[in-house]
Amino acid sequence: MMTPGRSPFGQVGVALRAMIAATILLGVLYPLAMTGAAQVLFRGNANGSMVRVAGHEVGSDLIGQTYTRDTGQKDAEGNAMMAPDPRWFQSRPSAVDYDAMGSAASQYGPNNPELLKLVEQRRAEVAKLEGVDPAQVPPDAVTASGSGLDPHISPAYAAIQVRRIARERGLSVDEVQRLVERNTTGRTLGFLGQPTVNVVTLNRDLAEAN
Amino acid sequence: MSDTSAGLLQVGLLVLLLAAAYRPLGGYLARVYTSDRDTRVERTTYKLLGVDARADQTWAVYARSVLAFSAVGLILLYLLQRLQSYLPLSLGLPNVEPSLAFNTAASFVANTNWQSYSPEATMGHLVQFAGLAVQNFVSAAVGMSVAIALVRGFARSRTERLGNFWVDLTRTVLRVLLPLAIVGGLVLVATGVVQNLSGPHEITTITGQTQSIPGGPVASQEVIKELGTNGGGFYNANSAHPFENPNGLSNLVEIFLILLIPVCLTRTFGLMVKDKRQGYAILGVMTTLWAAFTAAATGFEVSGAGTATRAAGAAMEGKETRFGEWASALFASSTTGTSTGAVNSAHDSFTALGGGTALFHMMLGEVSPGGVGSGLYGLLVLAVLAVFVAGLMVGRTPEYLGKKITAREMKLVALYILATPSLVLAGAAVAMSSAGARAAIFNTGSPHGFAEVLYAFTSAANNNGSAFGGLSANTTFYNVVLGVVMLLGRFVPMVLVLALAGSVARQQPVPVTSGTLPTHKALFVGLLVGVVLIVTGLTYFPVLTLGPLAEGL
Repeated sequence: MMTPGRSPFGQVGVALRAMIAATILLGVLYPLAMTGAAQVLFRGNANGSMVRVAGHEVGSDLIGQTYTRDTGQKDAEGNAMMAPDPRWFQSRPSAVDYDAMGSAASQYGPNNPELLKLVEQRRAEVAKLEGVDPAQVPPDAVTASGSGLDPHISPAYAAIQVRRIARERGLSVDEVQRLVERNTTGRTLGFLGQPTVNVVTLNRDLAEAN
Repeated sequence: MSDTSAGLLQVGLLVLLLAAAYRPLGGYLARVYTSDRDTRVERTTYKLLGVDARADQTWAVYARSVLAFSAVGLILLYLLQRLQSYLPLSLGLPNVEPSLAFNTAASFVANTNWQSYSPEATMGHLVQFAGLAVQNFVSAAVGMSVAIALVRGFARSRTERLGNFWVDLTRTVLRVLLPLAIVGGLVLVATGVVQNLSGPHEITTITGQTQSIPGGPVASQEVIKELGTNGGGFYNANSAHPFENPNGLSNLVEIFLILLIPVCLTRTFGLMVKDKRQGYAILGVMTTLWAAFTAAATGFEVSGAGTATRAAGAAMEGKETRFGEWASALFASSTTGTSTGAVNSAHDSFTALGGGTALFHMMLGEVSPGGVGSGLYGLLVLAVLAVFVAGLMVGRTPEYLGKKITAREMKLVALYILATPSLVLAGAAVAMSSAGARAAIFNTGSPHGFAEVLYAFTSAANNNGSAFGGLSANTTFYNVVLGVVMLLGRFVPMVLVLALAGSVARQQPVPVTSGTLPTHKALFVGLLVGVVLIVTGLTYFPVLTLGPLAEGL
């Protein structure tokens, strides 16, 4: 046997055997063992923290959704034009329309004129929908998230939606307020990240409320 | 609690966790690389590989082993992607086209994890876990092995031998990366990261719309993506994706994992050269730079400059609600200072100077604290340059850790320092002079567009992997050119480092005299910080003025 290291071929043979061993251990055994352990220890998390209504999966509490309705009109390309459904809390804008199979950000630069136009347009639309002063519309309501799947909005954005939801659903403002609070999470450990309101679970609770 | 105090506490906790891990992990790593005992599993592995674990290699053989292992990995990963549709768990996805398969193989073997594809639409589960995740482990182990070989070069004297690559590789995987990944991966699942083998499954939402929810063995890949400073996301949105990074806690865990090994390796270095203070000095330089860039990135993001950003009221475009500016800037600074390239927010949408800070952070050469292994060897090379500069000032032959820095060492150092900037600047220049390549720019008609191209080449050459994601880089031109840049940016410096290791290992140490520059004191830390900033600053200042500085000032 040729001593490995003396010839380049010796090293290539070792390299090939090493890659095969690594693939079996790290590429097959490791992920399978981790999947097994995760499924036993943290089943709900490992499978995507699914949200159910009457036993049926209606989403994941980590993946945002759109809450829109068909306006009955068609755009220039013949696609149905959708508008926010006033009966639901609205998520943030998304660069991918909450298509969970294509997570992405808008990639607009901070001075991009198209982004500026979009932000102004969104501000006007949100202000009109909620019946508030445009200055009250918070930043997360007019910007698209990094994943395009952000399930959260800021407490400020939830707050300006409460009156509309109460009116549309014939609930009292206090009742809606309570649901918002139930779906609000503070910073983890009190200081990690930002306070958030989960739109997916909030709307689920809303559906169950009436 | 205000954003500012929460943000500062978050940084404080991160530093505390790293400080707590410093001695135990740094010491453990030193024992891993100096022990002459093999475990039973390792002995079986060496028998399988056909290597003599006690046979130390010269620098040239060590380098050949690194190159052979990486070349084989490159070919296997290329083939796996090209044949994906014939293999199980492909989720019905087609074979990856040649230029993209080359780019991805080069990217993961070079520990870069630049992704010019959208994983959800391109890579099935098998390619992800049997191909990409395997390279996440082994490319990290290669970097750590080379760093240890350089440390041995300084620690040893009058020898040609730097250790055995196959032993270093095996021990790094079995004793370090795998155990840490198992623990860290389960912690991530506990925070909410998914870990299953399901394909996408369709659900009907409460409004009656349908949504497909993706599955995947994410946590097992996420953990090594951060721990090995790789950065390639399981999903397109990377660590901004709620399945990869669901909350503030998982975010902190991921940042901790990114910094863990690069930071602790300085302790390992100090122990192996039998002078812990040398390790503290190197750590001091890394920490100073990281802290400065983190503060700058946070300040710029919180300032929210930019016409569109101002109109929105805050720099939240491309950022997740659960992270906000502080946790996004901390992640951005840690990922660009470590050649990781994972992102929890869209760097392209950062403020001009915030994104510019991320860009400049990579340009430092990934030494604050740098990639696993590559950060340590990168900064040790710069330390050699710093003692040389100091030696010039007083007209004395410079030495570092008792080894004379002669013309041969300086030639290797000079080549090392020239390699990466040449790739960045030449690559960006070629791309900007081609109309086809310019067409890939998304934010057109502004310095921001140029920054997208500059960011791509900086990221590739420094093996970072993050992007100004607006650039449509999935073209034959970018796939081939960036693929070559990533390979050269990884392996040219590695070979030079190993040559340097061989060169200093041969020397007889010179005794410390009153004329020796102490390399463990604050003065040297300051000098080295200065050298890092001046060398890279002077190299890149002109291009930075054309991009982020023109946009942001």
